[in-house]
Amino acid sequence: MKPRQKRILFIVGGMLVLAVAATFVVKAFRSNLVFFYTPTQIADGQAPHDKAFRIGGLVKQGSLKHEGVISYFVVTDTRKDFPVSYTGILPDLFKEGRGVVAEGKLGNNGVFVASEVLAKHDSNYMPPEAKAALDQAKQVEETTKTLKMN
Amino acid sequence: MGGYGLYVWGSFGICAVAMIIEPIVLNARNQKIRRQVKRQGGQW
Amino acid sequence: MSMVNWFKYASPASFYPLAGKLIPFFSAITAILLAVGLWISFFMAPTDFQQGEGYRIIFVHVPASWMSMFIYCVMAFWSALGFILNTRLSGMMTQALAPTGAMFAFLSLVTGSLWGKPMWGTWWVWDARLTSQLILFFLYLGFLALTSAIDDPRRRDKAGAILSLVGVVNIPIIYFSVIWWNTLHQGATVSMTKAPTMAHTMLMGMLIMALAFWGYTIAIVLKRVRCIILEREIASEWVKKNALE
Repeated sequence: MKPRQKRILFIVGGMLVLAVAATFVVKAFRSNLVFFYTPTQIADGQAPHDKAFRIGGLVKQGSLKHEGVISYFVVTDTRKDFPVSYTGILPDLFKEGRGVVAEGKLGNNGVFVASEVLAKHDSNYMPPEAKAALDQAKQVEETTKTLKMN
Repeated sequence: MGGYGLYVWGSFGICAVAMIIEPIVLNARNQKIRRQVKRQGGQW
Repeated sequence: MSMVNWFKYASPASFYPLAGKLIPFFSAITAILLAVGLWISFFMAPTDFQQGEGYRIIFVHVPASWMSMFIYCVMAFWSALGFILNTRLSGMMTQALAPTGAMFAFLSLVTGSLWGKPMWGTWWVWDARLTSQLILFFLYLGFLALTSAIDDPRRRDKAGAILSLVGVVNIPIIYFSVIWWNTLHQGATVSMTKAPTMAHTMLMGMLIMALAFWGYTIAIVLKRVRCIILEREIASEWVKKNALE
Protein backbone atom coordinates (compact mmCIF):
# COMPACT_ATOMS: atom_id res chain seq x y z
CA MET A 1 0.00 0.00 0.00
CA LYS A 2 1.27 3.45 -0.88
CA PRO A 3 1.88 5.85 2.05
CA ARG A 4 -0.82 8.13 0.66
CA GLN A 5 -3.43 5.38 0.69
CA LYS A 6 -2.28 4.39 4.15
CA ARG A 7 -2.77 7.93 5.40
CA ILE A 8 -6.25 8.16 3.93
CA LEU A 9 -7.14 4.79 5.44
CA PHE A 10 -5.81 5.96 8.79
CA ILE A 11 -7.86 9.17 8.72
CA VAL A 12 -11.03 7.40 7.58
CA GLY A 13 -10.52 4.73 10.24
CA GLY A 14 -9.98 7.35 12.93
CA MET A 15 -13.11 9.22 11.88
CA LEU A 16 -15.10 5.97 11.95
CA VAL A 17 -13.97 5.17 15.48
CA LEU A 18 -14.84 8.71 16.59
CA ALA A 19 -18.25 8.52 14.94
CA VAL A 20 -19.02 5.29 16.77
CA ALA A 21 -17.83 6.83 20.06
CA ALA A 22 -19.96 9.92 19.43
CA THR A 23 -23.02 7.75 18.75
CA PHE A 24 -22.53 5.96 22.05
CA VAL A 25 -22.15 9.24 23.89
CA VAL A 26 -25.31 10.69 22.34
CA LYS A 27 -27.19 7.45 23.14
CA ALA A 28 -26.00 7.52 26.75
CA PHE A 29 -26.95 11.17 26.90
CA ARG A 30 -30.47 10.53 25.57
CA SER A 31 -31.36 8.07 28.30
CA ASN A 32 -29.76 10.18 31.01
CA LEU A 33 -30.51 13.66 29.77
CA VAL A 34 -33.66 14.23 31.74
CA PHE A 35 -31.95 14.80 35.04
CA PHE A 36 -35.21 15.61 36.79
CA TYR A 37 -38.93 16.03 36.07
CA THR A 38 -40.88 19.08 37.19
CA PRO A 39 -44.23 18.62 39.01
CA THR A 40 -45.99 19.79 35.82
CA GLN A 41 -44.24 17.10 33.77
CA ILE A 42 -45.22 14.47 36.36
CA ALA A 43 -48.84 15.67 36.29
CA ASP A 44 -48.73 15.28 32.48
CA GLY A 45 -47.64 11.67 32.96
CA GLN A 46 -44.14 12.13 31.51
CA ALA A 47 -42.33 10.62 34.48
CA PRO A 48 -41.71 6.84 34.58
CA HIS A 49 -44.23 4.91 36.69
CA ASP A 50 -42.35 1.77 37.64
CA LYS A 51 -38.78 2.95 38.15
CA ALA A 52 -36.94 5.56 40.19
CA PHE A 53 -36.62 9.08 38.82
CA ARG A 54 -35.87 12.57 40.09
CA ILE A 55 -38.25 15.39 40.86
CA GLY A 56 -37.02 18.99 40.80
CA GLY A 57 -38.43 22.39 41.69
CA LEU A 58 -38.71 24.77 44.60
CA VAL A 59 -39.56 23.78 48.17
CA LYS A 60 -42.95 25.38 48.72
CA GLN A 61 -43.06 28.07 51.42
CA GLY A 62 -44.52 26.78 54.67
CA SER A 63 -44.70 23.17 53.50
CA LEU A 64 -41.76 21.66 55.45
CA LYS A 65 -42.84 19.42 58.35
CA HIS A 66 -40.91 16.93 60.46
CA GLU A 67 -42.29 13.73 62.01
CA GLY A 68 -39.37 12.22 63.86
CA VAL A 69 -36.70 11.42 61.27
CA ILE A 70 -39.13 11.76 58.35
CA SER A 71 -39.39 15.13 56.60
CA TYR A 72 -42.37 16.12 54.50
CA PHE A 73 -42.33 18.96 52.01
CA VAL A 74 -44.00 20.03 48.79
CA VAL A 75 -42.06 20.56 45.56
CA THR A 76 -43.52 23.21 43.29
CA ASP A 77 -42.76 24.71 39.89
CA THR A 78 -45.32 27.46 40.69
CA ARG A 79 -47.88 25.81 38.34
CA LYS A 80 -48.19 22.37 39.93
CA ASP A 81 -47.26 20.98 43.38
CA PHE A 82 -46.08 17.53 44.42
CA PRO A 83 -45.74 16.18 47.99
CA VAL A 84 -42.46 14.48 48.94
CA SER A 85 -41.38 12.47 51.97
CA TYR A 86 -37.74 11.84 52.93
CA THR A 87 -36.05 9.94 55.72
CA GLY A 88 -32.60 11.31 56.53
CA ILE A 89 -30.57 14.45 56.93
CA LEU A 90 -31.36 17.30 54.54
CA PRO A 91 -28.42 19.20 52.93
CA ASP A 92 -27.24 22.57 54.34
CA LEU A 93 -28.76 24.62 51.55
CA PHE A 94 -32.17 22.94 51.82
CA LYS A 95 -34.69 25.66 52.67
CA GLU A 96 -38.24 26.65 51.89
CA GLY A 97 -38.36 28.75 48.74
CA ARG A 98 -35.08 27.31 47.42
CA GLY A 99 -34.34 24.76 44.72
CA VAL A 100 -34.34 21.01 45.35
CA VAL A 101 -33.83 17.79 43.38
CA ALA A 102 -35.03 14.57 45.01
CA GLU A 103 -34.50 11.02 43.74
CA GLY A 104 -36.99 8.29 44.52
CA LYS A 105 -40.23 6.62 43.50
CA LEU A 106 -43.92 7.41 43.49
CA GLY A 107 -45.59 5.90 46.57
CA ASN A 108 -49.06 4.35 46.55
CA ASN A 109 -50.57 7.33 48.34
CA GLY A 110 -49.50 9.81 45.67
CA VAL A 111 -46.50 10.93 47.72
CA PHE A 112 -43.01 10.89 46.17
CA VAL A 113 -40.82 8.80 48.47
CA ALA A 114 -37.29 10.22 48.17
CA SER A 115 -34.17 8.19 48.82
CA GLU A 116 -31.82 11.12 48.19
CA VAL A 117 -32.37 14.89 48.43
CA LEU A 118 -30.00 17.37 46.76
CA ALA A 119 -30.13 21.15 47.11
CA LYS A 120 -30.11 23.11 43.84
CA HIS A 121 -28.94 26.66 44.28
CA ASP A 122 -29.29 29.51 41.80
CA SER A 123 -26.49 31.47 40.15
CA ASN A 124 -26.92 34.62 42.26
CA TYR A 125 -24.07 35.63 44.54
CA MET A 126 -24.27 38.63 46.87
CA PRO A 127 -23.66 39.61 50.50
CA PRO A 128 -26.56 39.08 52.98
CA GLU A 129 -27.13 42.86 53.32
CA ALA A 130 -27.61 43.20 49.56
CA LYS A 131 -30.04 40.27 49.61
CA ALA A 132 -31.98 41.88 52.46
CA ALA A 133 -32.13 45.19 50.57
CA LEU A 134 -33.29 43.38 47.44
CA ASP A 135 -36.02 41.53 49.34
CA GLN A 136 -37.16 44.77 50.96
CA ALA A 137 -37.31 46.52 47.58
CA LYS A 138 -39.37 43.65 46.21
CA GLN A 139 -41.74 43.86 49.17
CA VAL A 140 -42.18 47.62 48.72
CA GLU A 141 -42.90 47.05 45.03
CA GLU A 142 -45.48 44.38 45.81
CA THR A 143 -47.14 46.53 48.47
CA THR A 144 -47.35 49.42 46.01
CA LYS A 145 -48.89 47.10 43.43
CA THR A 146 -51.48 45.85 45.94
CA LEU A 147 -52.33 49.41 47.00
CA LYS A 148 -52.80 50.45 43.38
CA MET A 149 -55.13 47.52 42.73
CA ASN A 150 -57.29 48.57 45.61
CA MET B 1 -14.48 29.59 56.53
CA GLY B 2 -17.77 28.90 58.29
CA GLY B 3 -17.41 25.11 58.29
CA TYR B 4 -16.47 24.97 54.61
CA GLY B 5 -12.70 25.26 55.23
CA LEU B 6 -11.82 21.78 54.03
CA TYR B 7 -13.67 22.27 50.73
CA VAL B 8 -12.44 25.82 50.07
CA TRP B 9 -8.80 25.15 51.04
CA GLY B 10 -8.93 21.83 49.24
CA SER B 11 -10.02 23.55 46.02
CA PHE B 12 -7.43 26.33 46.18
CA GLY B 13 -4.83 23.82 47.37
CA ILE B 14 -5.21 21.40 44.48
CA CYS B 15 -5.10 24.26 41.97
CA ALA B 16 -1.93 25.60 43.60
CA VAL B 17 -0.30 22.15 43.58
CA ALA B 18 -1.17 21.56 39.92
CA MET B 19 0.00 25.01 38.84
CA ILE B 20 3.30 24.58 40.70
CA ILE B 21 4.02 21.03 39.49
CA GLU B 22 3.32 21.78 35.82
CA PRO B 23 6.11 24.42 35.47
CA ILE B 24 8.54 22.15 37.37
CA VAL B 25 7.87 19.19 35.06
CA LEU B 26 8.17 21.49 32.04
CA ASN B 27 11.46 22.89 33.30
CA ALA B 28 12.87 19.36 33.53
CA ARG B 29 11.76 18.71 29.93
CA ASN B 30 13.39 21.96 28.81
CA GLN B 31 16.67 21.15 30.60
CA LYS B 32 16.74 17.70 29.00
CA ILE B 33 16.28 18.90 25.43
CA ARG B 34 18.75 21.76 25.90
CA ARG B 35 21.37 19.27 27.14
CA GLN B 36 20.75 17.19 24.02
CA VAL B 37 21.13 20.21 21.76
CA LYS B 38 24.34 21.18 23.54
CA ARG B 39 25.79 17.67 23.24
CA GLN B 40 24.96 17.60 19.56
CA GLY B 41 26.49 21.04 19.06
CA GLY B 42 29.71 19.71 20.55
CA GLN B 43 30.01 17.12 17.82
CA TRP B 44 29.91 19.76 15.11
CA MET C 1 0.36 43.79 11.02
CA SER C 2 1.07 42.74 7.50
CA MET C 3 0.75 39.23 6.10
CA VAL C 4 4.52 38.96 5.74
CA ASN C 5 4.99 39.34 9.48
CA TRP C 6 2.47 36.66 10.32
CA PHE C 7 4.06 34.13 8.02
CA LYS C 8 7.48 34.95 9.36
CA TYR C 9 6.40 34.02 12.89
CA ALA C 10 4.61 30.90 11.67
CA SER C 11 8.04 29.35 11.07
CA PRO C 12 9.41 27.59 14.17
CA ALA C 13 12.87 29.14 13.73
CA SER C 14 11.55 32.68 14.17
CA PHE C 15 8.76 31.83 16.60
CA TYR C 16 11.23 30.22 19.01
CA PRO C 17 13.06 33.44 20.06
CA LEU C 18 9.80 35.45 20.03
CA ALA C 19 8.18 32.98 22.46
CA GLY C 20 11.30 33.20 24.62
CA LYS C 21 10.92 36.97 24.89
CA LEU C 22 7.20 36.80 25.73
CA ILE C 23 7.47 34.24 28.58
CA PRO C 24 8.94 36.58 31.29
CA PHE C 25 6.38 39.25 30.38
CA PHE C 26 3.39 36.91 30.81
CA SER C 27 4.89 35.31 33.94
CA ALA C 28 5.17 38.73 35.59
CA ILE C 29 1.60 39.67 34.66
CA THR C 30 0.37 36.33 36.01
CA ALA C 31 2.15 36.86 39.35
CA ILE C 32 0.59 40.31 39.80
CA LEU C 33 -2.92 39.19 38.77
CA LEU C 34 -2.74 36.13 41.03
CA ALA C 35 -1.71 38.24 44.03
CA VAL C 36 -4.54 40.73 43.44
CA GLY C 37 -7.06 37.98 42.60
CA LEU C 38 -6.28 35.96 45.73
CA TRP C 39 -6.41 39.09 47.89
CA ILE C 40 -9.89 39.90 46.57
CA SER C 41 -10.99 36.24 46.85
CA PHE C 42 -10.19 35.96 50.53
CA PHE C 43 -10.12 39.46 52.01
CA MET C 44 -12.32 41.76 49.96
CA ALA C 45 -15.14 39.65 48.54
CA PRO C 46 -18.07 39.56 50.99
CA THR C 47 -19.72 36.42 52.40
CA ASP C 48 -22.54 35.07 50.23
CA PHE C 49 -26.15 35.26 51.50
CA GLN C 50 -26.84 31.68 50.45
CA GLN C 51 -23.61 29.69 50.62
CA GLY C 52 -21.65 31.62 53.27
CA GLU C 53 -17.87 31.27 52.81
CA GLY C 54 -18.27 28.10 50.74
CA TYR C 55 -18.97 30.02 47.55
CA ARG C 56 -15.31 31.18 47.45
CA ILE C 57 -14.53 28.00 45.49
CA ILE C 58 -16.02 29.92 42.54
CA PHE C 59 -12.79 31.97 42.32
CA VAL C 60 -10.88 28.91 41.06
CA HIS C 61 -13.70 26.72 39.75
CA VAL C 62 -15.06 29.12 37.13
CA PRO C 63 -11.65 30.32 35.79
CA ALA C 64 -10.43 26.69 35.54
CA SER C 65 -13.62 25.64 33.73
CA TRP C 66 -13.46 28.59 31.33
CA MET C 67 -9.79 27.86 30.55
CA SER C 68 -10.47 24.17 29.91
CA MET C 69 -13.14 25.09 27.34
CA PHE C 70 -11.23 27.98 25.81
CA ILE C 71 -7.99 26.00 25.37
CA TYR C 72 -9.87 23.33 23.40
CA CYS C 73 -11.28 26.04 21.11
CA VAL C 74 -7.76 27.40 20.54
CA MET C 75 -6.55 23.87 19.75
CA ALA C 76 -9.34 23.53 17.17
CA PHE C 77 -8.40 26.94 15.73
CA TRP C 78 -4.73 25.96 15.30
CA SER C 79 -5.78 22.62 13.81
CA ALA C 80 -8.00 24.32 11.23
CA LEU C 81 -5.18 26.72 10.43
CA GLY C 82 -2.84 23.75 10.03
CA PHE C 83 -5.16 22.14 7.49
CA ILE C 84 -5.65 25.36 5.52
CA LEU C 85 -2.13 26.82 5.51
CA ASN C 86 -0.15 23.64 6.14
CA THR C 87 2.10 25.35 8.72
CA ARG C 88 4.37 23.21 10.87
CA LEU C 89 3.83 25.40 13.91
CA SER C 90 0.09 24.53 14.12
CA GLY C 91 0.58 20.96 15.23
CA MET C 92 3.22 21.99 17.74
CA MET C 93 0.95 24.67 19.23
CA THR C 94 -1.97 22.23 19.48
CA GLN C 95 0.20 19.70 21.29
CA ALA C 96 1.63 22.40 23.57
CA LEU C 97 -1.89 23.45 24.59
CA ALA C 98 -3.38 20.00 25.31
CA PRO C 99 -1.66 19.08 28.64
CA THR C 100 -2.58 22.42 30.22
CA GLY C 101 -6.15 22.09 28.92
CA ALA C 102 -6.37 18.62 30.42
CA MET C 103 -5.08 19.96 33.73
CA PHE C 104 -7.72 22.71 33.85
CA ALA C 105 -10.49 20.26 32.90
CA PHE C 106 -9.33 18.05 35.77
CA LEU C 107 -9.20 21.02 38.19
CA SER C 108 -12.68 22.07 37.06
CA LEU C 109 -14.05 18.61 37.88
CA VAL C 110 -12.25 18.33 41.24
CA THR C 111 -13.11 21.82 42.50
CA GLY C 112 -16.67 21.33 41.26
CA SER C 113 -16.86 18.12 43.25
CA LEU C 114 -15.50 19.87 46.34
CA TRP C 115 -18.16 22.55 45.86
CA GLY C 116 -21.00 20.15 45.15
CA LYS C 117 -20.53 18.05 48.29
CA PRO C 118 -21.29 20.78 50.88
CA MET C 119 -23.82 22.73 48.77
CA TRP C 120 -25.81 20.19 46.77
CA GLY C 121 -25.14 17.28 49.09
CA THR C 122 -23.27 15.13 46.56
CA TRP C 123 -19.78 14.84 45.03
CA TRP C 124 -21.10 13.94 41.60
CA VAL C 125 -24.30 13.62 39.57
CA TRP C 126 -24.73 12.57 35.95
CA ASP C 127 -26.45 15.74 34.80
CA ALA C 128 -25.78 17.23 31.35
CA ARG C 129 -23.31 19.89 32.53
CA LEU C 130 -21.12 17.59 34.60
CA THR C 131 -21.24 14.78 32.04
CA SER C 132 -20.27 17.01 29.11
CA GLN C 133 -17.39 18.49 31.14
CA LEU C 134 -16.22 14.94 31.94
CA ILE C 135 -16.34 14.17 28.19
CA LEU C 136 -14.11 17.24 27.60
CA PHE C 137 -11.58 15.81 30.05
CA PHE C 138 -11.70 12.46 28.21
CA LEU C 139 -11.24 14.26 24.87
CA TYR C 140 -8.06 15.83 26.24
CA LEU C 141 -6.84 12.44 27.49
CA GLY C 142 -7.74 10.92 24.11
CA PHE C 143 -5.77 13.64 22.34
CA LEU C 144 -2.72 13.07 24.56
CA ALA C 145 -2.91 9.29 24.09
CA LEU C 146 -3.40 9.55 20.33
CA THR C 147 -0.57 12.01 19.72
CA SER C 148 1.85 10.13 21.94
CA ALA C 149 1.06 6.86 20.11
CA ILE C 150 2.10 8.15 16.65
CA ASP C 151 5.83 8.54 16.01
CA ASP C 152 5.77 10.32 12.67
CA PRO C 153 5.31 14.04 13.50
CA ARG C 154 3.25 14.88 10.40
CA ARG C 155 0.81 12.02 10.90
CA ARG C 156 0.66 12.84 14.60
CA ASP C 157 -0.25 16.46 13.79
CA LYS C 158 -2.96 15.33 11.35
CA ALA C 159 -4.52 12.85 13.77
CA GLY C 160 -4.45 15.39 16.62
CA ALA C 161 -5.97 18.05 14.39
CA ILE C 162 -8.87 15.80 13.39
CA LEU C 163 -9.61 14.91 17.02
CA SER C 164 -9.48 18.62 18.01
CA LEU C 165 -11.85 19.62 15.21
CA VAL C 166 -14.34 16.80 15.87
CA GLY C 167 -14.24 17.23 19.66
CA VAL C 168 -14.89 20.95 19.55
CA VAL C 169 -18.64 20.27 19.07
CA ASN C 170 -18.65 19.36 22.76
CA ILE C 171 -17.83 22.96 23.77
CA PRO C 172 -21.22 24.52 22.88
CA ILE C 173 -22.86 21.45 24.44
CA ILE C 174 -21.10 22.20 27.75
CA TYR C 175 -21.92 25.90 27.53
CA PHE C 176 -25.62 25.51 26.72
CA SER C 177 -26.25 22.32 28.74
CA VAL C 178 -27.71 24.31 31.64
CA ILE C 179 -30.18 25.97 29.26
CA TRP C 180 -31.10 23.01 27.05
CA TRP C 181 -31.69 20.46 29.80
CA ASN C 182 -32.78 20.27 33.44
CA THR C 183 -29.54 20.12 35.40
CA LEU C 184 -28.52 20.19 39.04
CA HIS C 185 -25.79 22.63 38.05
CA GLN C 186 -27.00 26.23 38.19
CA GLY C 187 -27.14 28.49 35.14
CA ALA C 188 -24.41 30.87 34.03
CA THR C 189 -23.57 33.75 36.38
CA VAL C 190 -21.79 35.65 33.65
CA SER C 191 -23.25 35.37 30.16
CA MET C 192 -23.34 37.29 26.92
CA THR C 193 -27.07 37.95 27.02
CA LYS C 194 -27.72 39.37 30.47
CA ALA C 195 -26.07 41.34 33.25
CA PRO C 196 -24.02 39.23 35.70
CA THR C 197 -25.99 38.07 38.74
CA MET C 198 -23.15 38.63 41.17
CA ALA C 199 -22.10 41.37 43.58
CA HIS C 200 -19.50 43.70 42.08
CA THR C 201 -16.48 42.77 44.24
CA MET C 202 -17.14 39.04 43.80
CA LEU C 203 -17.32 39.48 40.03
CA MET C 204 -14.09 41.51 39.97
CA GLY C 205 -12.31 38.80 41.95
CA MET C 206 -13.53 36.08 39.60
CA LEU C 207 -12.56 37.99 36.43
CA ILE C 208 -9.09 38.86 37.77
CA MET C 209 -8.50 35.22 38.71
CA ALA C 210 -9.64 34.25 35.20
CA LEU C 211 -7.14 36.73 33.69
CA ALA C 212 -4.41 35.30 35.94
CA PHE C 213 -5.20 31.79 34.62
CA TRP C 214 -4.99 33.20 31.08
CA GLY C 215 -1.55 34.65 31.75
CA TYR C 216 -0.42 31.38 33.32
CA THR C 217 -1.66 29.41 30.30
CA ILE C 218 0.05 31.69 27.76
CA ALA C 219 3.38 31.57 29.62
CA ILE C 220 3.31 27.79 30.14
CA VAL C 221 2.19 27.00 26.58
CA LEU C 222 4.92 29.21 25.09
CA LYS C 223 7.43 27.42 27.27
CA ARG C 224 6.14 24.01 26.17
CA VAL C 225 6.04 24.93 22.49
CA ARG C 226 9.70 25.94 22.76
CA CYS C 227 10.52 22.47 24.10
CA ILE C 228 8.53 20.85 21.29
CA ILE C 229 10.23 23.00 18.64
CA LEU C 230 13.68 21.98 19.91
CA GLU C 231 12.70 18.30 20.17
CA ARG C 232 11.44 18.25 16.59
CA GLU C 233 14.00 20.45 14.90
CA ILE C 234 17.06 19.28 16.80
CA ALA C 235 18.69 18.14 13.55
CA SER C 236 18.16 21.44 11.74
CA GLU C 237 20.86 24.00 11.10
CA TRP C 238 19.26 26.91 13.03
CA VAL C 239 18.94 24.87 16.23
CA LYS C 240 22.62 23.94 16.12
CA LYS C 241 23.64 27.54 15.53
CA ASN C 242 21.20 29.75 17.37
CA ALA C 243 18.83 28.01 19.72
CA LEU C 244 20.93 28.14 22.85
CA GLU C 245 22.02 31.74 22.50
